[in-house]
Amino acid sequence: MCLAIPGKVISIDKKKEYASIDYGDGTKRNVNVSLVDVKIGNYVLVHAGFAIQVIDEKEANETLELFREMLSTEEEK
Amino acid sequence: MFSLRDKNLANEIVTKIKKLDVNLKFMHVCGTHQDTLVKHGLDVLLKKCGVKIGQGPGCPVCVTTPKEIEEMLILARNGKTVATFGDMVNVPGERSSLQNMKTEGCDVRTVYSIEDAVSIAKKNKDKDVVFMAVGFETTAPTTASTLLNKPPNNFSVLSCHRIIPPALKAILDMGELKIDGFIEPGHVSTIIGSKPYEFISKDYKIPQVIAGFEPIDLLMAVWILVQQIVNKKAVVENEYIRAVKKEGNIKAQKVMNKVFELVDIKWRGFPVIPKSGLQLRNNFESYDARKIYEEELTEINSKAFKEPPGCRCGDVLRGLISSKQCPLFGNKCKPNSPVGPCMVSIEGSCNIEFRYAKNS
Repeated sequence: MCLAIPGKVISIDKKKEYASIDYGDGTKRNVNVSLVDVKIGNYVLVHAGFAIQVIDEKEANETLELFREMLSTEEEK
Repeated sequence: MFSLRDKNLANEIVTKIKKLDVNLKFMHVCGTHQDTLVKHGLDVLLKKCGVKIGQGPGCPVCVTTPKEIEEMLILARNGKTVATFGDMVNVPGERSSLQNMKTEGCDVRTVYSIEDAVSIAKKNKDKDVVFMAVGFETTAPTTASTLLNKPPNNFSVLSCHRIIPPALKAILDMGELKIDGFIEPGHVSTIIGSKPYEFISKDYKIPQVIAGFEPIDLLMAVWILVQQIVNKKAVVENEYIRAVKKEGNIKAQKVMNKVFELVDIKWRGFPVIPKSGLQLRNNFESYDARKIYEEELTEINSKAFKEPPGCRCGDVLRGLISSKQCPLFGNKCKPNSPVGPCMVSIEGSCNIEFRYAKNS
Protein backbone atom coordinates (compact mmCIF):
# COMPACT_ATOMS: atom_id res chain seq x y z
CA MET A 1 0.00 0.00 0.00
CA CYS A 2 2.70 2.44 1.01
CA LEU A 3 4.93 1.13 -1.74
CA ALA A 4 6.61 3.96 -3.62
CA ILE A 5 8.77 3.60 -6.70
CA PRO A 6 11.62 5.93 -7.67
CA GLY A 7 11.65 7.47 -11.13
CA LYS A 8 13.25 10.35 -13.02
CA VAL A 9 11.38 13.47 -14.09
CA ILE A 10 11.60 13.79 -17.90
CA SER A 11 9.21 16.67 -18.52
CA ILE A 12 6.75 18.80 -16.58
CA ASP A 13 3.54 20.41 -17.89
CA LYS A 14 3.04 24.18 -17.85
CA LYS A 15 0.78 24.14 -14.80
CA LYS A 16 3.39 22.06 -12.93
CA GLU A 17 0.64 19.60 -12.16
CA TYR A 18 1.80 16.53 -14.08
CA ALA A 19 5.21 15.19 -15.08
CA SER A 20 6.39 12.38 -17.27
CA ILE A 21 8.36 9.98 -15.10
CA ASP A 22 10.86 7.44 -16.43
CA TYR A 23 11.19 4.39 -14.18
CA GLY A 24 14.41 3.37 -15.88
CA ASP A 25 13.12 0.16 -17.41
CA GLY A 26 11.48 1.74 -20.43
CA THR A 27 8.30 2.45 -18.51
CA LYS A 28 7.11 6.04 -18.60
CA ARG A 29 4.02 7.32 -16.86
CA ASN A 30 2.30 10.62 -16.25
CA VAL A 31 2.37 11.38 -12.57
CA ASN A 32 0.72 14.08 -10.49
CA VAL A 33 3.51 16.27 -9.04
CA SER A 34 1.37 18.86 -7.24
CA LEU A 35 2.49 17.63 -3.80
CA VAL A 36 6.19 18.29 -4.48
CA ASP A 37 8.47 20.94 -5.99
CA VAL A 38 10.31 19.25 -8.82
CA LYS A 39 12.66 20.09 -11.64
CA ILE A 40 13.46 18.10 -14.76
CA GLY A 41 16.13 15.54 -13.91
CA ASN A 42 15.05 15.11 -10.28
CA TYR A 43 14.31 11.65 -8.93
CA VAL A 44 10.96 11.32 -7.17
CA LEU A 45 9.17 8.62 -5.18
CA VAL A 46 5.85 7.79 -6.81
CA HIS A 47 2.93 6.36 -4.83
CA ALA A 48 -0.57 5.73 -6.24
CA GLY A 49 -0.02 8.08 -9.19
CA PHE A 50 1.42 10.94 -7.15
CA ALA A 51 5.02 12.00 -6.51
CA ILE A 52 5.25 12.13 -2.71
CA GLN A 53 8.86 13.24 -2.24
CA VAL A 54 11.95 14.29 -4.16
CA ILE A 55 14.91 12.00 -3.55
CA ASP A 56 18.03 13.73 -2.35
CA GLU A 57 20.53 12.47 -4.91
CA LYS A 58 23.54 13.54 -2.90
CA GLU A 59 22.28 11.69 0.19
CA ALA A 60 21.42 8.68 -1.97
CA ASN A 61 24.90 8.51 -3.45
CA GLU A 62 26.51 8.93 -0.06
CA THR A 63 24.26 6.50 1.84
CA LEU A 64 26.55 3.48 1.65
CA GLU A 65 29.60 5.54 2.50
CA LEU A 66 27.80 7.01 5.49
CA PHE A 67 26.76 3.56 6.72
CA ARG A 68 30.33 2.27 6.45
CA GLU A 69 31.51 5.31 8.38
CA MET A 70 28.90 4.79 11.10
CA LEU A 71 29.89 1.15 11.48
CA SER A 72 33.61 1.91 11.71
CA THR A 73 33.12 4.79 14.15
CA GLU A 74 31.37 2.41 16.50
CA GLU A 75 34.30 0.01 16.27
CA GLU A 76 36.74 2.70 17.44
CA LYS A 77 34.79 3.44 20.63
CA MET B 1 20.81 4.29 -8.47
CA PHE B 2 21.13 2.32 -5.26
CA SER B 3 23.40 -0.51 -4.33
CA LEU B 4 21.83 -1.30 -1.02
CA ARG B 5 22.02 -5.04 -1.38
CA ASP B 6 25.77 -5.30 -0.77
CA LYS B 7 26.40 -8.74 0.71
CA ASN B 8 29.69 -7.83 2.40
CA LEU B 9 28.18 -4.85 4.15
CA ALA B 10 25.18 -6.97 5.19
CA ASN B 11 27.52 -9.57 6.69
CA GLU B 12 29.47 -6.87 8.49
CA ILE B 13 26.32 -5.43 10.10
CA VAL B 14 25.01 -8.86 11.10
CA THR B 15 28.36 -9.87 12.62
CA LYS B 16 28.46 -6.67 14.65
CA ILE B 17 24.93 -7.22 15.97
CA LYS B 18 25.71 -10.84 16.85
CA LYS B 19 28.77 -9.82 18.86
CA LEU B 20 26.59 -7.71 21.16
CA ASP B 21 24.71 -10.82 22.34
CA VAL B 22 21.29 -9.19 22.67
CA ASN B 23 17.78 -10.52 23.12
CA LEU B 24 15.41 -7.92 21.68
CA LYS B 25 12.00 -7.60 20.08
CA PHE B 26 11.35 -4.86 17.54
CA MET B 27 8.16 -3.96 15.74
CA HIS B 28 7.69 -2.37 12.36
CA VAL B 29 4.38 -1.19 10.90
CA CYS B 30 4.80 -1.56 7.16
CA GLY B 31 3.97 -4.35 4.74
CA THR B 32 6.82 -3.31 2.46
CA HIS B 33 9.28 -3.70 5.36
CA GLN B 34 7.86 -7.15 6.06
CA ASP B 35 8.24 -8.04 2.38
CA THR B 36 11.95 -7.08 2.40
CA LEU B 37 12.57 -8.90 5.71
CA VAL B 38 10.95 -12.16 4.63
CA LYS B 39 11.93 -12.12 0.94
CA HIS B 40 15.62 -11.72 1.73
CA GLY B 41 15.54 -14.00 4.79
CA LEU B 42 16.56 -11.16 7.11
CA ASP B 43 13.93 -12.15 9.68
CA VAL B 44 15.58 -15.56 10.12
CA LEU B 45 19.09 -14.11 10.02
CA LEU B 46 18.31 -11.51 12.67
CA LYS B 47 16.54 -14.01 14.90
CA LYS B 48 19.81 -15.93 15.05
CA CYS B 49 21.45 -12.71 16.28
CA GLY B 50 18.92 -12.28 19.09
CA VAL B 51 16.66 -9.77 17.30
CA LYS B 52 13.04 -10.70 16.62
CA ILE B 53 11.10 -8.38 14.32
CA GLY B 54 7.34 -8.51 13.95
CA GLN B 55 4.82 -6.58 11.89
CA GLY B 56 2.28 -4.55 13.81
CA PRO B 57 -0.81 -2.84 12.39
CA GLY B 58 1.06 -1.68 9.29
CA CYS B 59 -1.21 -2.74 6.48
CA PRO B 60 -4.04 -0.34 5.69
CA VAL B 61 -6.19 -3.00 4.04
CA CYS B 62 -5.75 -5.30 7.08
CA VAL B 63 -6.76 -2.69 9.67
CA THR B 64 -9.87 -1.60 7.75
CA THR B 65 -12.81 -2.83 9.82
CA PRO B 66 -15.58 -5.23 8.79
CA LYS B 67 -17.99 -2.29 9.23
CA GLU B 68 -16.16 -0.16 6.65
CA ILE B 69 -16.16 -3.12 4.23
CA GLU B 70 -19.88 -3.56 4.82
CA GLU B 71 -20.43 0.13 3.98
CA MET B 72 -18.86 -0.45 0.56
CA LEU B 73 -20.81 -3.67 0.01
CA ILE B 74 -24.09 -1.83 0.71
CA LEU B 75 -23.22 0.98 -1.69
CA ALA B 76 -22.18 -1.51 -4.40
CA ARG B 77 -25.37 -3.50 -3.88
CA ASN B 78 -27.42 -0.28 -4.14
CA GLY B 79 -26.06 0.45 -7.61
CA LYS B 80 -23.12 2.73 -6.97
CA THR B 81 -19.91 2.29 -8.92
CA VAL B 82 -17.37 1.39 -6.25
CA ALA B 83 -13.69 2.01 -6.97
CA THR B 84 -10.80 1.07 -4.72
CA PHE B 85 -7.26 -0.30 -4.65
CA GLY B 86 -6.68 -3.92 -5.69
CA ASP B 87 -6.33 -5.75 -2.39
CA MET B 88 -9.38 -4.16 -0.84
CA VAL B 89 -11.65 -5.80 -3.39
CA ASN B 90 -10.84 -9.30 -2.14
CA VAL B 91 -11.21 -8.78 1.60
CA PRO B 92 -14.13 -10.86 2.85
CA GLY B 93 -16.85 -8.89 4.58
CA GLU B 94 -19.39 -10.57 6.81
CA ARG B 95 -21.56 -11.72 3.94
CA SER B 96 -19.52 -11.19 0.78
CA SER B 97 -16.58 -9.34 -0.73
CA LEU B 98 -16.49 -6.62 -3.38
CA GLN B 99 -15.04 -9.19 -5.78
CA ASN B 100 -17.99 -11.53 -5.19
CA MET B 101 -20.44 -8.66 -5.65
CA LYS B 102 -18.76 -7.93 -8.98
CA THR B 103 -19.50 -11.46 -10.16
CA GLU B 104 -23.11 -10.83 -9.12
CA GLY B 105 -23.28 -7.85 -11.47
CA CYS B 106 -22.34 -4.95 -9.19
CA ASP B 107 -20.06 -2.29 -10.64
CA VAL B 108 -16.75 -2.65 -8.81
CA ARG B 109 -13.57 -1.15 -10.27
CA THR B 110 -9.99 -1.71 -9.22
CA VAL B 111 -7.88 1.40 -9.61
CA TYR B 112 -4.20 2.26 -9.26
CA SER B 113 -4.81 5.86 -8.23
CA ILE B 114 -7.73 7.96 -6.99
CA GLU B 115 -7.34 9.92 -10.24
CA ASP B 116 -8.42 6.80 -12.16
CA ALA B 117 -11.63 6.78 -10.08
CA VAL B 118 -12.22 10.46 -10.92
CA SER B 119 -11.77 9.64 -14.63
CA ILE B 120 -14.47 6.95 -14.34
CA ALA B 121 -16.81 9.56 -12.82
CA LYS B 122 -16.00 12.08 -15.57
CA LYS B 123 -16.64 9.54 -18.32
CA ASN B 124 -19.85 8.18 -16.74
CA LYS B 125 -21.94 11.17 -15.70
CA ASP B 126 -24.96 8.88 -15.14
CA LYS B 127 -23.14 6.84 -12.48
CA ASP B 128 -22.44 7.67 -8.86
CA VAL B 129 -18.81 6.76 -8.28
CA VAL B 130 -17.63 6.12 -4.71
CA PHE B 131 -13.92 5.78 -4.03
CA MET B 132 -13.08 3.72 -0.95
CA ALA B 133 -10.02 5.61 0.28
CA VAL B 134 -7.75 3.35 2.33
CA GLY B 135 -4.19 4.08 3.32
CA PHE B 136 -2.02 5.87 5.84
CA GLU B 137 -0.31 9.27 5.59
CA THR B 138 1.40 8.19 2.35
CA THR B 139 -1.93 7.88 0.55
CA ALA B 140 -4.15 10.42 2.34
CA PRO B 141 -2.53 13.45 0.62
CA THR B 142 -3.44 11.98 -2.80
CA THR B 143 -7.10 11.86 -1.75
CA ALA B 144 -6.90 15.37 -0.31
CA SER B 145 -5.21 16.82 -3.37
CA THR B 146 -7.83 15.26 -5.65
CA LEU B 147 -10.73 16.71 -3.63
CA LEU B 148 -9.12 20.17 -3.69
CA ASN B 149 -9.18 19.96 -7.49
CA LYS B 150 -12.98 19.87 -7.49
CA PRO B 151 -13.83 16.48 -9.01
CA PRO B 152 -17.29 16.10 -10.63
CA ASN B 153 -20.28 15.95 -8.28
CA ASN B 154 -21.07 12.32 -9.13
CA PHE B 155 -17.80 11.45 -7.37
CA SER B 156 -17.49 10.86 -3.64
CA VAL B 157 -15.05 9.43 -1.11
CA LEU B 158 -15.58 6.94 1.70
CA SER B 159 -12.60 7.82 3.85
CA CYS B 160 -10.97 4.90 5.66
CA HIS B 161 -7.65 6.75 6.00
CA ARG B 162 -5.77 6.34 9.25
CA ILE B 163 -2.57 7.73 10.70
CA ILE B 164 0.27 5.73 12.23
CA PRO B 165 1.58 7.46 15.41
CA PRO B 166 -1.62 6.99 17.52
CA ALA B 167 -1.55 3.27 16.67
CA LEU B 168 2.00 2.98 18.07
CA LYS B 169 0.79 4.60 21.27
CA ALA B 170 -2.22 2.24 21.38
CA ILE B 171 0.04 -0.82 21.09
CA LEU B 172 2.21 0.40 23.97
CA ASP B 173 -0.78 1.40 26.12
CA MET B 174 -2.37 -2.02 25.68
CA GLY B 175 0.81 -3.45 27.20
CA GLU B 176 0.31 -6.91 25.73
CA LEU B 177 3.89 -7.35 24.58
CA LYS B 178 7.32 -6.00 25.31
CA ILE B 179 8.66 -3.85 22.49
CA ASP B 180 12.30 -2.75 22.59
CA GLY B 181 12.16 -0.54 19.51
CA PHE B 182 10.08 0.62 16.57
CA ILE B 183 11.17 0.62 12.93
CA GLU B 184 9.06 3.40 11.42
CA PRO B 185 7.65 3.28 7.89
CA GLY B 186 9.79 5.17 5.39
CA HIS B 187 7.10 6.34 3.04
CA VAL B 188 4.64 7.46 5.70
CA SER B 189 7.62 9.38 7.06
CA THR B 190 8.36 11.11 3.73
CA ILE B 191 5.08 12.92 4.42
CA ILE B 192 5.06 13.40 8.22
CA GLY B 193 8.82 13.63 8.90
CA SER B 194 10.26 12.49 12.22
CA LYS B 195 8.60 14.84 14.72
CA PRO B 196 5.24 13.02 15.13
CA TYR B 197 7.12 9.97 16.51
CA GLU B 198 9.09 11.89 19.13
CA PHE B 199 6.53 11.56 21.95
CA ILE B 200 6.91 7.77 21.80
CA SER B 201 10.62 7.95 22.61
CA LYS B 202 10.10 10.69 25.18
CA ASP B 203 7.09 9.26 27.03
CA TYR B 204 7.75 5.54 26.69
CA LYS B 205 11.57 5.55 26.41
CA ILE B 206 11.43 3.49 23.21
CA PRO B 207 14.17 3.81 20.55
CA GLN B 208 12.87 4.44 17.01
CA VAL B 209 14.36 4.52 13.54
CA ILE B 210 12.82 5.55 10.24
CA ALA B 211 13.92 3.04 7.61
CA GLY B 212 14.02 2.56 3.87
CA PHE B 213 13.12 -0.64 2.05
CA GLU B 214 16.30 -2.24 0.77
CA PRO B 215 17.94 -5.05 2.76
CA ILE B 216 20.83 -2.83 3.90
CA ASP B 217 18.32 -0.15 4.97
CA LEU B 218 16.63 -2.58 7.34
CA LEU B 219 19.86 -4.10 8.66
CA MET B 220 21.22 -0.61 9.34
CA ALA B 221 17.93 0.32 11.04
CA VAL B 222 18.25 -2.69 13.35
CA TRP B 223 21.86 -1.81 14.05
CA ILE B 224 20.88 1.79 14.88
CA LEU B 225 18.21 0.56 17.33
CA VAL B 226 20.62 -1.89 18.95
CA GLN B 227 23.19 0.91 19.35
CA GLN B 228 20.57 3.10 21.06
CA ILE B 229 19.74 0.27 23.47
CA VAL B 230 23.39 -0.50 24.23
CA ASN B 231 24.00 3.21 24.84
CA LYS B 232 20.74 3.59 26.84
CA LYS B 233 19.29 6.13 24.44
CA ALA B 234 15.70 6.50 23.22
CA VAL B 235 15.37 8.90 20.30
CA VAL B 236 14.02 9.00 16.74
CA GLU B 237 16.79 8.42 14.20
CA ASN B 238 16.49 8.52 10.44
CA GLU B 239 18.16 5.86 8.34
CA TYR B 240 16.21 6.78 5.17
CA ILE B 241 17.91 10.15 4.75
CA ARG B 242 17.72 10.09 0.96
CA ALA B 243 13.92 10.40 1.09
CA VAL B 244 12.84 11.53 4.56
CA LYS B 245 13.38 15.07 5.76
CA LYS B 246 12.96 15.98 9.42
CA GLU B 247 10.01 18.22 8.63
CA GLY B 248 8.50 15.79 6.07
CA ASN B 249 6.60 17.02 3.03
CA ILE B 250 5.05 20.27 4.27
CA LYS B 251 3.09 20.83 1.06
CA ALA B 252 1.41 17.43 1.44
CA GLN B 253 0.75 18.01 5.15
CA LYS B 254 -1.01 21.31 4.37
CA VAL B 255 -3.15 19.68 1.69
CA MET B 256 -4.11 16.90 4.16
CA ASN B 257 -5.00 19.37 6.91
CA LYS B 258 -7.19 21.39 4.58
CA VAL B 259 -9.34 18.40 3.71
CA PHE B 260 -9.25 16.08 6.72
CA GLU B 261 -9.82 16.29 10.45
CA LEU B 262 -8.83 13.71 13.05
CA VAL B 263 -11.46 11.39 14.51
CA ASP B 264 -11.47 8.48 16.92
CA ILE B 265 -11.72 5.28 14.90
CA LYS B 266 -11.63 1.53 15.44
CA TRP B 267 -8.85 -0.48 13.78
CA ARG B 268 -9.29 -4.17 13.09
CA GLY B 269 -7.90 -6.08 16.06
CA PHE B 270 -7.86 -2.94 18.19
CA PRO B 271 -10.38 -0.97 20.18
CA VAL B 272 -11.17 2.61 19.11
CA ILE B 273 -7.86 4.49 18.81
CA PRO B 274 -8.28 8.18 19.71
CA LYS B 275 -7.60 10.68 16.92
CA SER B 276 -6.26 8.09 14.50
CA GLY B 277 -8.76 8.39 11.65
CA LEU B 278 -9.08 11.00 8.92
CA GLN B 279 -12.60 12.18 8.13
CA LEU B 280 -13.53 14.79 5.54
CA ARG B 281 -14.02 18.27 6.97
CA ASN B 282 -17.51 19.82 6.79
CA ASN B 283 -16.70 21.99 3.79
CA PHE B 284 -16.04 18.79 1.80
CA GLU B 285 -19.29 17.13 2.84
CA SER B 286 -20.60 17.24 -0.74
CA TYR B 287 -17.89 14.63 -1.49
CA ASP B 288 -18.37 12.63 1.72
CA ALA B 289 -20.04 9.31 0.84
CA ARG B 290 -20.99 8.75 4.52
CA LYS B 291 -23.03 11.98 4.45
CA ILE B 292 -24.41 11.65 0.91
CA TYR B 293 -25.60 8.08 1.49
CA GLU B 294 -26.31 8.43 5.21
CA GLU B 295 -29.79 6.90 4.93
CA GLU B 296 -28.59 3.84 3.02
CA LEU B 297 -25.84 3.26 5.54
CA THR B 298 -27.92 3.66 8.74
CA GLU B 299 -28.80 -0.05 8.75
CA ILE B 300 -25.29 -0.96 9.94
CA ASN B 301 -24.87 1.72 12.59
CA SER B 302 -26.29 -0.40 15.37
CA LYS B 303 -24.92 -3.69 14.05
CA ALA B 304 -22.17 -5.49 15.95
CA PHE B 305 -19.53 -6.93 13.63
CA LYS B 306 -17.70 -10.15 14.32
CA GLU B 307 -14.40 -11.40 12.94
CA PRO B 308 -14.60 -14.51 10.71
CA PRO B 309 -14.73 -17.71 12.85
CA GLY B 310 -11.25 -18.81 13.92
CA CYS B 311 -9.55 -15.82 12.28
CA ARG B 312 -6.70 -14.42 14.36
CA CYS B 313 -5.81 -11.42 12.18
CA GLY B 314 -6.41 -9.20 15.22
CA ASP B 315 -3.69 -11.00 17.19
CA VAL B 316 -1.35 -10.89 14.17
CA LEU B 317 -1.92 -7.13 13.80
CA ARG B 318 -1.18 -6.53 17.49
CA GLY B 319 2.04 -8.51 17.13
CA LEU B 320 0.91 -11.17 19.61
CA ILE B 321 1.29 -14.14 17.28
CA SER B 322 3.15 -14.77 14.03
CA SER B 323 1.17 -15.74 10.94
CA LYS B 324 2.22 -19.37 11.27
CA GLN B 325 0.83 -19.55 14.79
CA CYS B 326 -2.70 -19.01 13.46
CA PRO B 327 -4.35 -22.46 13.14
CA LEU B 328 -5.98 -21.43 9.84
CA PHE B 329 -2.68 -20.39 8.18
CA GLY B 330 -1.90 -22.36 5.04
CA ASN B 331 -4.80 -24.75 5.32
CA LYS B 332 -8.21 -23.11 5.63
CA CYS B 333 -6.70 -19.68 4.90
CA LYS B 334 -4.64 -19.19 1.73
CA PRO B 335 -4.22 -16.23 -0.66
CA ASN B 336 -6.74 -17.67 -3.14
CA SER B 337 -9.23 -18.53 -0.38
CA PRO B 338 -8.51 -16.03 2.39
CA VAL B 339 -10.41 -15.99 5.67
CA GLY B 340 -8.92 -12.76 7.01
CA PRO B 341 -7.41 -9.62 5.48
CA CYS B 342 -3.80 -10.41 6.48
CA MET B 343 -3.89 -13.27 3.94
CA VAL B 344 -5.54 -11.10 1.25
CA SER B 345 -3.30 -8.08 1.09
CA ILE B 346 0.17 -8.31 -0.42
CA GLU B 347 1.10 -6.10 2.56
CA GLY B 348 -0.42 -8.53 5.07
CA SER B 349 2.08 -10.59 7.04
CA CYS B 350 0.18 -13.87 6.39
CA ASN B 351 0.18 -13.30 2.63
CA ILE B 352 3.90 -12.42 2.71
CA GLU B 353 4.75 -15.47 4.83
CA PHE B 354 2.74 -17.71 2.50
CA ARG B 355 4.24 -16.24 -0.68
CA TYR B 356 7.83 -16.72 0.41
CA ALA B 357 6.93 -19.95 2.24
CA LYS B 358 9.88 -21.40 4.06
CA ASN B 359 10.24 -23.79 6.93
CA SER B 360 12.29 -22.14 9.60
